[in-house]
Amino acid sequence: MAEGAGEEKKKFSIWDLPDVPMGQLLPHLELQRSRVSCNKDAPIHTESIQYSGAYASMGINNSSRLDRFSNNFRVEVVRLNEDDMEFDMIGIDAAIANSFRRILIAELPTMAIEKVFIANNTSIIQDEVLAHRLGLVPIHVDPRLFYYLSENDQPNEKNTIVFKLHVQCKRGSPRITVKSDALKWLPNGSELVKETRNAASDSSSKPETYTYFSCSQETIPEFVKNLIIPKYPDIIIAKLGPGREIELEAHAVKGIGKTHAKWSPVATAWYRMLPEVVLLEDIEDDLAEELKSKCPVNVFDIEDLGKGTFPNEEFGCQARRRRATVARPRACTLCRECIKGDDWEKRVALHRVKDHFIFTIESTGALPPEVLFTEAMKILEDECERVITELS
Amino acid sequence: MRGFSMEGKFFLSFVSCFRDLEIGLKETMEHGSFTDNSAASFSLTDEDHTIANAVRFTLNQDPRVTFCGYSIPHPSEARVNIRVQTTGDPAREVLKDACQNLMLMCRHVRCTFDKAVEDFKASNAVKAMKIDSQDSSGDDSEESE
Repeated sequence: MAEGAGEEKKKFSIWDLPDVPMGQLLPHLELQRSRVSCNKDAPIHTESIQYSGAYASMGINNSSRLDRFSNNFRVEVVRLNEDDMEFDMIGIDAAIANSFRRILIAELPTMAIEKVFIANNTSIIQDEVLAHRLGLVPIHVDPRLFYYLSENDQPNEKNTIVFKLHVQCKRGSPRITVKSDALKWLPNGSELVKETRNAASDSSSKPETYTYFSCSQETIPEFVKNLIIPKYPDIIIAKLGPGREIELEAHAVKGIGKTHAKWSPVATAWYRMLPEVVLLEDIEDDLAEELKSKCPVNVFDIEDLGKGTFPNEEFGCQARRRRATVARPRACTLCRECIKGDDWEKRVALHRVKDHFIFTIESTGALPPEVLFTEAMKILEDECERVITELS
Repeated sequence: MRGFSMEGKFFLSFVSCFRDLEIGLKETMEHGSFTDNSAASFSLTDEDHTIANAVRFTLNQDPRVTFCGYSIPHPSEARVNIRVQTTGDPAREVLKDACQNLMLMCRHVRCTFDKAVEDFKASNAVKAMKIDSQDSSGDDSEESE
């Protein structure tokens, strides 16, 4: 610095520096801690700063105590239908949100067809392909009413649902499509008779079938008026040409998605973090129009400032100044179109809020989505309890 | 069951049977040291990222913890190793407290969620009734009760 050569040397005293505020994070650190910055090439600051002593030197206690969590946590339901729901969870961390998502997909039980006893199949669909397709058909029944069927148990009315499918296409009639409404529920259990070697078996006793129902499932209060049927009656299972026939019996049991995806109760469940679009400087007139047209989902809106109070030299006092505003940040898909091109990164910043999750759950129909989420939380609680009891 | 080794380290094995789904015997092993119980590795079978990441998060939040992490030794085997190092408290207690905190958090999330769903359904019912009273034809699409 040649200028300072002639002046007296400036003394630099540490006491003259402005105070670092203790107990509160500086704005740029707060941005790092609470937002993912989505830059043109890649997002940065994606990890969540969980360590309790992370900001100890600034005098901030990063440990989240339970009471602070309880006060700040909120849930807002945006959409709730019979089959899907969308809601916001604010104040929770990605680790727990991901646990819920994993449990929803893989660890909630449902009923699905597992064993198929095929008596006659002359269609062009192979036996195993037909059985696979039957397994994927969602069944409209509450799985909490049933027990798991293990290898040592016998199939009875508490752990099995029996369906029957008997379709044939007569010679001379056109091809038929077998849809899932052709599956008929058998509340009394299996009707297929097991072949016994006993020649001395008396014909008066009931022949042994593949299930051992002690009472009809219709007597169970939940099923008195409601039939157990597949959730969607128009799922195509097979197609039959003239002269072909399918006769089979299918047994549905309880299972979880980890074993096979047919037992997953959700079509899918996913979450995304809330996008945040920040205009770093005022964007006016032509630039504002350009910004609005760039965005494919119309996040930006143009706001008329009315006749400008500051006279604009170019257009004169009569110009209406237009300014861009962020109208719908939630719809942003982070396509980065608004920061592509020269200089746009200085004007628009894209962030994601790290503790605000937009959850969407699409149920296949066994249970309504809000019940599914409650059950998922119960399962996580049970897992924790199991770990605690094992450690004690 | 206890096993001894030369360096004074021990492992404790807890075996419990869960017959509900018959996946297999679940067990937890603690690999620690006799002299210093503030640092230990816990090996849980039949677990995966679902519980391990959530427990690691709550462990990090505890001010007594200096280091915590989890790893999955091999993806084909359902086993998780959780490592906890504390500022003096026994590692097992700290892990138990972390699991307890996680449980309480889940419970709170569940209560808040149930309440939010109820409020949403109630406000939708009110909206549907208002629309009903305004026009003669009812609005059946919203109500999901």
